[in-house]
Amino acid sequence: MNAIEVLSIVKKFGDFTAVNGISFAVEGGEIFGLLGPNGAGKSTLIRMMVTLLPPTAGTAVVNGFDIVKHADGVRKSIGVIPQAMTSDLELSVEENLIIFAKLYGVPRAKRETLIDNLLAAVELTEWRHAQVKNLSGGMRRRVEIARGLVHEPRIFFLDEPTSGLDPVSRVAVWEMLQKIKAERDLTILITTHYMDEADKLCDRIAIVDHGELKALDSPLKLKASIPGKNILEVSLPSAPPEWRDRLQQLPYVQRVSGEDNIFRISSTNGPETTLALMEMAKSAGVTVQSLSVESTTLDDVFVHYTGRALRDALQEANPLDRGFMMRRP
Amino acid sequence: MHRTWAIIERELRRFRRSPVLIAMSMTFPIVQLVVLGYAFGGNVKHLKLAIVDQDHGVPAVKVRELASAVSSGARTIDTIDYTDQGQALTDLRNGRVNGVLTIPPEFSRRVLERSQPRVALIEDNTDSFVSNALAATLGGVVAAYNQPATTPRIPGQATLDVVEVYPYVPYVQYLLPGSVVMSIFMMVMIGGGIIFIDDKARGLHEGYLVTPITKFELIAGFNISGTIKAVVAGMFLIVIGSIIAGIPNPFDPMRLVRLFVLVVVTSFALISLMFLLMVRVTDPLLPRAVFGILNTVLYFPSGAVYPQQGFPGWMTVIAVADPFTYAVHAFKNLLLKNTGFVAIASDLMFLLIFSAVAMTAATMLFKRTL
Repeated sequence: MNAIEVLSIVKKFGDFTAVNGISFAVEGGEIFGLLGPNGAGKSTLIRMMVTLLPPTAGTAVVNGFDIVKHADGVRKSIGVIPQAMTSDLELSVEENLIIFAKLYGVPRAKRETLIDNLLAAVELTEWRHAQVKNLSGGMRRRVEIARGLVHEPRIFFLDEPTSGLDPVSRVAVWEMLQKIKAERDLTILITTHYMDEADKLCDRIAIVDHGELKALDSPLKLKASIPGKNILEVSLPSAPPEWRDRLQQLPYVQRVSGEDNIFRISSTNGPETTLALMEMAKSAGVTVQSLSVESTTLDDVFVHYTGRALRDALQEANPLDRGFMMRRP
Repeated sequence: MHRTWAIIERELRRFRRSPVLIAMSMTFPIVQLVVLGYAFGGNVKHLKLAIVDQDHGVPAVKVRELASAVSSGARTIDTIDYTDQGQALTDLRNGRVNGVLTIPPEFSRRVLERSQPRVALIEDNTDSFVSNALAATLGGVVAAYNQPATTPRIPGQATLDVVEVYPYVPYVQYLLPGSVVMSIFMMVMIGGGIIFIDDKARGLHEGYLVTPITKFELIAGFNISGTIKAVVAGMFLIVIGSIIAGIPNPFDPMRLVRLFVLVVVTSFALISLMFLLMVRVTDPLLPRAVFGILNTVLYFPSGAVYPQQGFPGWMTVIAVADPFTYAVHAFKNLLLKNTGFVAIASDLMFLLIFSAVAMTAATMLFKRTL
């Protein structure tokens, strides 16, 4: 059974169409990622699914409940971590969880055990009495994850859960989500603009840009779906100028770019192209100073389906956010 | 209902951990009570009165003596003798004296001839408090002058005997009911309205809106928690303010019970008003900006600092709809007169109806989505 079904959903703000007729389904028990730059419509999409925004047209069915007709049923079956940190800073970790357990009507007898287990799962047991304002960003995010699970939801929505976190905290959040998902019968829908996050965490990814669904599949299949599987980066300091053309003639090569005798070779078969390159260099007496072979990334997938790099799209969305761009790995 | 209690619990836990907020909400009304109460409450004293005696006769000397008696007794005026009328008027215009009492050359003769003897008070009327005090004081001097040397055993003129029902009420006590309502309003605005909008701007409300809580449960939670905070502020000011203002027998248990009921009803009315005003607001600057305007529009027309009978017609209209009016009136009854519930029943009724209407409207206007 599908945990979530999104059916031709549209959201307009005045003349601006934020989400334009997107449809997809999320299977029960999977981690599903919505990947796209800021402003792509991911947050609008997730806000409609969690009943925070009414759709302009279309609908979605979450855990069997229509988001428009049975919003209360949706709310009872989901846990939500909004993009902003929304825990009460003045309250302790435990108090935040207690308040939300009460808001969801978790029985008193069950509440204590549940909170103990959740704090253990997010590794905050020893911080349970600490005020949230005294915690680091990563720890606060873990509080929010625990808070979102305090009523044992079937489906868990996370809107950019690692945005603004340092690399170590991000990895910690990923591991935590994978552990929690393994322990519980949980479906997770996550939005992100981090390619590595989508790649490592998600079973399937939907690429969203300009409010439209551009591609949807598992990370492996998405990468396999585009031409060119490997990128070879080779440094040939003693190569004569015509070597660029010779590199283009190597087997499986699709495209050669580069300058100053450092070349990027796009190949559909990295190992074969590498062998041919080494033989050609040896026979011509050209020294190979360095050689690396990279697999296709989701950024290549994003470029293929949207016509622009995710990095560029992010910068387009936030032209002044240079610091943010610098933080990206 | 358990969801409403969860909101209340959350708000009160946060409130308990914000001592600065609590202190700020309670300090302002106390400072206002003390400063305004003692600044406006005292009698005007030591007004400088220039006396220009152009007559020098015995009746003129009697007038000067009566003025000197006021100067050394009630000290409303300090007399300064001038010989030059022109210099006295120059000093009046330059603010060195507050008024000039001129005894004209023909004064004694006219007294003896019983031919409308007159003295003149030339006063600086740019300050009505001062000019009224001078006119009243010198009116008393002239009245004293006109008293016959011997009074008949059975006076033929009618007199008015004033009987005061309550002990003397100094202005600081008169101001206390308004200060109590102000302290409730401060807490409603700072601990209710501003925090509500700040939380909304920080995205905290998203956390609530994705839970199964209903609009009514959410508004009720905010209103009840806001009421509890405002009741704490109101009762604090009643106790401290009563001591500062010297309210007789301030800790009479029955009076405290009645005051508590009134504080609860007033707090609920004002928090309901605040949520009605803020329910659609998202900009955190707006409640801060309207705070001063609301304060002025609600506080001053309420009769807290000046009797409503002196208001122009348009302000009377505001006063009729202003919940402060009814709260201040009821607090005056309880604090200054120690009346029972009967005297404040209509005020309580208005505040309860006002609360019900405002809360219903706020619930209807509240958006369950972003």
